[in-house]
Amino acid sequence: MNRLQTEIAGMTLKNPIMPASGCFAFGSEYNAFYDLNQLGAICVKAVTPEERKGNPTPRVAESEAGMLNAIGLQNPGLEVVTNDILPKLASLNTSVIVNVAGKQIEDYEIVAARLSNEPAVSALELNISCPNVKEGGMSFGTDPETARVLTERVKAVSDIPVFVKLSPNVTDIVNIAKAVEKGGADGLSMINTLLGMRIDPKTGEPILANGQGGLSGPAVKPVAIRMIYDVSQQVSIPIIGMGGVQSAADAIEFILAGASAVAVGTANFVNPLVCPEIIHDLPSWLDEWGVDSVQELVGRSWKSCSATL
Amino acid sequence: MMVADYQVVAHEEIAKNIYEITLRHDPLPAFVAGQFVHVKVDDTSSPLLRRPLSVARIDVEDATITLIYRSGGLGTNRLTKKQVGDTVNVLGPLGNGFMVDQVGSGDHAVLVGGGVGIPPLYELAKQLNERGVRVTTILGFQDKDTSFYVRAFSKIADVYVTSDDGSIGIEGNVSSAWPLIKDPIDWLFACGPKPMLKACVSWRNQVRKASFVSLEERMGCGIGACLACVCETTQGQRKVCSDGPVFTAEEVCL
Repeated sequence: MNRLQTEIAGMTLKNPIMPASGCFAFGSEYNAFYDLNQLGAICVKAVTPEERKGNPTPRVAESEAGMLNAIGLQNPGLEVVTNDILPKLASLNTSVIVNVAGKQIEDYEIVAARLSNEPAVSALELNISCPNVKEGGMSFGTDPETARVLTERVKAVSDIPVFVKLSPNVTDIVNIAKAVEKGGADGLSMINTLLGMRIDPKTGEPILANGQGGLSGPAVKPVAIRMIYDVSQQVSIPIIGMGGVQSAADAIEFILAGASAVAVGTANFVNPLVCPEIIHDLPSWLDEWGVDSVQELVGRSWKSCSATL
Repeated sequence: MMVADYQVVAHEEIAKNIYEITLRHDPLPAFVAGQFVHVKVDDTSSPLLRRPLSVARIDVEDATITLIYRSGGLGTNRLTKKQVGDTVNVLGPLGNGFMVDQVGSGDHAVLVGGGVGIPPLYELAKQLNERGVRVTTILGFQDKDTSFYVRAFSKIADVYVTSDDGSIGIEGNVSSAWPLIKDPIDWLFACGPKPMLKACVSWRNQVRKASFVSLEERMGCGIGACLACVCETTQGQRKVCSDGPVFTAEEVCL
C-alpha cells in the first residue's frame, strides 16, 4: 500500500508533494537533478494566450527569510506551450497541472478550453492572484463575485479539474474561497505571494524594477497556515497548500491545517532536490502520528479538536 | 551540474573587502572557464537564496575551485567567516562559460575586467596562455586598496591597470587603456559592470574574430527555472544564468 497516495479533485497522486507554479518553469531544468516521476504532480508556469515578456530586471529582491519576485508572468504563449512544451511532458508518469492567467475572462477561457483537451494536462490552476501584472491577475482574486464568475466561465469550457489559486492580499479569504467553490471550482490553491516592497536604503530607489513584488519563502508560512486553517473548515473542496514549505515537517503542518496536497515553491531555488527529499521524509511523519495514510492527517489540527471536545 | 558540500581549503582577504576562497570536492565536476557556482553559505533563512559567484581558478589535479568575491551583503559577510575545514554548499558548475576552444594558437585575445568581474577572466587567461594565445588584459579597479591579481595576471599576460582615482595604474576606467593596445585584436572577452560592458560592445568592430561579454544579474534559482535574470538579445529574451552568462557582443542588447 502506498501510504502517500493522495486523492484530490478526482485525481490520484502518488504522493501529496508537487513544485509550485512559477518556481519550476516547465520542468526540464529540475529533470537534471532527479526523475520528475517521483513527484505527486508538477505545476508549471502560468500560460497566457499571447507571449508575455514579463517585467524589467531586477526581478528579485531578498528579505528576511524570504524573497520578493516580480517576474510578470513571462511565458511563450499558448501556441508555443501547446505545440512545443506540453508534448515533452506527455510521457511523464505524473500529473501535470498548468497555471492559467490572462487580462480578461476571455483569456482564461481561451487557454483553459485549449489546454483541457491536451492529453498531457491533468488539471488547470487559475491564477487570479498574481500581484505583478498591471491588468487581470490579482484583480480577479480580490472580489468574490468576479472570482465566482471567472471560475464559472472557465469551468464551462474545461473538461478537467479546475483549481483556483487564491490571493492572500484580501481582508476575508474565506469569502473568496466560498465564492470560488460556488462557481464550481474543483479545488483551491493557496496561497499566492503577499504583495511587498523593498527600497534600497542608500539610494531611496525600489530594488525591484517593477517597484513592488510578491513575497514568498518561509516568512509567509504562518500566513498560509492560518488561511488554509480558516478556509478548509468552511469549504468542502480540497486545497493544495503552499507558502514557504521547506521540509517534510512544513508539509505536515500544511496538511494538518487542512491541505490535501502541498506545493513547494521558493525552496526549489535554495535546494533543487527539496521535493524528493520531502517525499522521502514524509513516511516517518506518518509513523510519528501512527497513521497508515497521509490523507488521515488532512485537517487534523481542527478535526481532532472537534472530535475530542 | 550537481549540489554538494565543498570543503574550504584556503580563505583570505586579498584586497579591501575582496576575498579569495578555495574549495575542494573530489571528484570535481568538469568546470569551464567563465562558469559560476551558486553558493549557500549556511542553513539559515536569511539570506534565503544562494549567492552566484564566479570561478577564478579551476585546479583539476587538486580537485579545487577558487572563488573571488566582495563582502558587503548579508550572505557574503557571513561567507567571510568560513574557515579552513568548514564546508559550503555549492550548486554548479552553472552557465555556459567562455568558448576557449575557438581561440587559436598565435591569436591575440584582449580580456577586459572590472572589479569582481575580473575573477573569471583569470582562469580564461590561464587557459588561453596554455593554448599559445597572446593575452592582453585591462583590469579596472576602484582604487589601489581594492585591486587584486595584478601580479598573477602579469605572469601570463600583458597587463594594463586602471583605477577611478589613479591610485594604481592609469587614472580613469578601462576605456582609458583600450587605445593603448596597438596590435590587432582577434578576440575580446569582457566581464564587469554594465557601463563597462557597453563600452566593450561598442569596440567590437575593432575586433577581427569575435567579442564576448559575461553578464551579471540578480538571480533566483541559477538553473533557468525562475526567469529572474533575463536579458534582451537579438534572439529575444535569454536567461543570464543558463543561456549565459556569456553572450556575443552582437547578440546582447545592453
